[in-house]
Amino acid sequence: MAHTDMTYSQQQTAAPKRLGIKRWGGAVPYLFIFPWIFGFLVFTLGPLLFSLIISFFDWPIVGQVTFVGIDNYVEMFSNDPLFWKSLFVTLKFAALFVPLNIIVALGLAMLLNQNVKGSAFFRTAFYLPSVISGVALAMIWSWVYSGDYGILNYFLSLVGIEGPDWLNDTKWSLVAMVIASLWGQGSMMLIFLAGLKGIPKDLYESASMDGAGKIRQFFNVTIPMITPTLLFNLITSIIAAFQQLTLALLLTGGGPLKSTYFYAMYMYENAFKYFKMGYSAANAWFMFLIVLTLTFLVFKSSEAWVFYEGEMKTKKEKAKPKRAKRGPQASREGSSI
Amino acid sequence: MKKVTTYTLLILCSLLFIAPLFWAVTTALKSQQELYLFPPKWFPSVWRFSNFAEAWSIQPFNLFMKNTLIVTLLSTLGQLVSCTLVAYGFARFQFKGRDGLFLIVLATMMIPWEVTMIPQYMEFNYLGWINTLKPLIVPSWFGSAYFIFLLRQFIMTLPKELDEAATIDGAGRMTVLLRIIVPLMGPSLILVAVFHMMSCWNDYLGPLIFLNDQTKYTLTLGLSQFKGMHGVDMQSIMAITCLISIPPLAVFFFAQRYIVGGIATTGIKG
Repeated sequence: MAHTDMTYSQQQTAAPKRLGIKRWGGAVPYLFIFPWIFGFLVFTLGPLLFSLIISFFDWPIVGQVTFVGIDNYVEMFSNDPLFWKSLFVTLKFAALFVPLNIIVALGLAMLLNQNVKGSAFFRTAFYLPSVISGVALAMIWSWVYSGDYGILNYFLSLVGIEGPDWLNDTKWSLVAMVIASLWGQGSMMLIFLAGLKGIPKDLYESASMDGAGKIRQFFNVTIPMITPTLLFNLITSIIAAFQQLTLALLLTGGGPLKSTYFYAMYMYENAFKYFKMGYSAANAWFMFLIVLTLTFLVFKSSEAWVFYEGEMKTKKEKAKPKRAKRGPQASREGSSI
Repeated sequence: MKKVTTYTLLILCSLLFIAPLFWAVTTALKSQQELYLFPPKWFPSVWRFSNFAEAWSIQPFNLFMKNTLIVTLLSTLGQLVSCTLVAYGFARFQFKGRDGLFLIVLATMMIPWEVTMIPQYMEFNYLGWINTLKPLIVPSWFGSAYFIFLLRQFIMTLPKELDEAATIDGAGRMTVLLRIIVPLMGPSLILVAVFHMMSCWNDYLGPLIFLNDQTKYTLTLGLSQFKGMHGVDMQSIMAITCLISIPPLAVFFFAQRYIVGGIATTGIKG
């Protein structure tokens, strides 16, 4: 797009000089955003459309490419138990992970928001696991979960529980995945913390004057005020749940008995283990549709439960200079550890 | 009383988050005999720092580190250059289709990587880039939606009069960007660099898909290789785990202030 603009403006150089300058002036913004336009076409839109196209083909990495119509999709739904298995595993994982992730992150953020000394230290502690690589995380947890020598079962034995062989027990492997994933909740906690810090203090004061206890305050002030943040974190968690692949590959390899065989892993294996590119693209598009549908439903429902008050917006505008003032204080906090 | 509960909870929770890391470090320092004990020992009787050097030599980790550094540095440079240009374009120009295009920038953040993964693989395969570091570097030179959004938001907060004054003095747009805007963008550029460096250094799926020859491997790929190897002991795996976690941790401590602020802004504005 930008390219045609450029050639057009080059043609104009023969025209009166002023017009030429104007033409060039018109193209300048597109020159600035050109890297993104090019990248978008070549690395996002192109692949997106291309993957839709190849999902209608039998497309091995080497060999004959054949058009098969909707056969890939038909095969997936009617003749592939692994498709259903992996979809079921992923939904089960999401059903556990998404609410727990939000509860843990919000809980930690609320603890940090209590005006405690050393909050920067605790914040760092909760965030540290999010800094390291997923591979490192998987290696650490595979050792923690070790049935015979693992530290987790040692702790459980201290309170008289004989821990399972986490990663080799079909009953516990998915739970193990959820726990390991929760360990990396840091970013979500920070987002909640920022949301909590944005709640005006006078709301709590007037609530307690009206006789609302801590629990009432939580449900009637805190929760409504952070619903926009909650919405953001909910959507991010859902997307993350469907994309979980690194842990599955490295912690359990999808086992035992496919109990942690995530949809992303199913897709990955179809593409890079069995080289069924067309089929895997069909898998990918189906996942894309599920995620889009879920996101859409969450957004749709958010009209009912997310609280954006017009008044809040003007308050936020006003709060901006305040936030700048808070800056040095925050940085002091950051350097105190 | 309430304070006591809060502190107790905070300490217990931070133990939950730190204990596995701590255990990884002490495991890395243990001797082989001490690994497989139950109940486990928290601290090794002799701190074997030589474990690190031994583990490092099991695979060509020097080479893996070189590859990782090349990828991380070049792609971070690419992100900084391209995202600054694009963000400036969106923040400071009026042009046809700008708002629509910016909406598309935001929408691309929603596309799961898995959907574009296969065609990208085929694209790079066609270009002969599979098994080179190019697929991990080149796309970074064309901007990434999240960073463009971040930088654009930042440029929007700078007073437009700065640009105008410089333009009146006869400066071109590029000069304005380089001489006036970029020097003011310090913190947000650090944020982009830090975020991208960490995600690049930690990346596993990209290298896994695009590289298949050991000489091209990155550190995370090398570490994951241990999984299928026989005769590699846990202390070596933990030693490498610790070593490759040091740079992101160091960067985090150095730039903690920017990171915490940056993540918070995303959530609130997103």
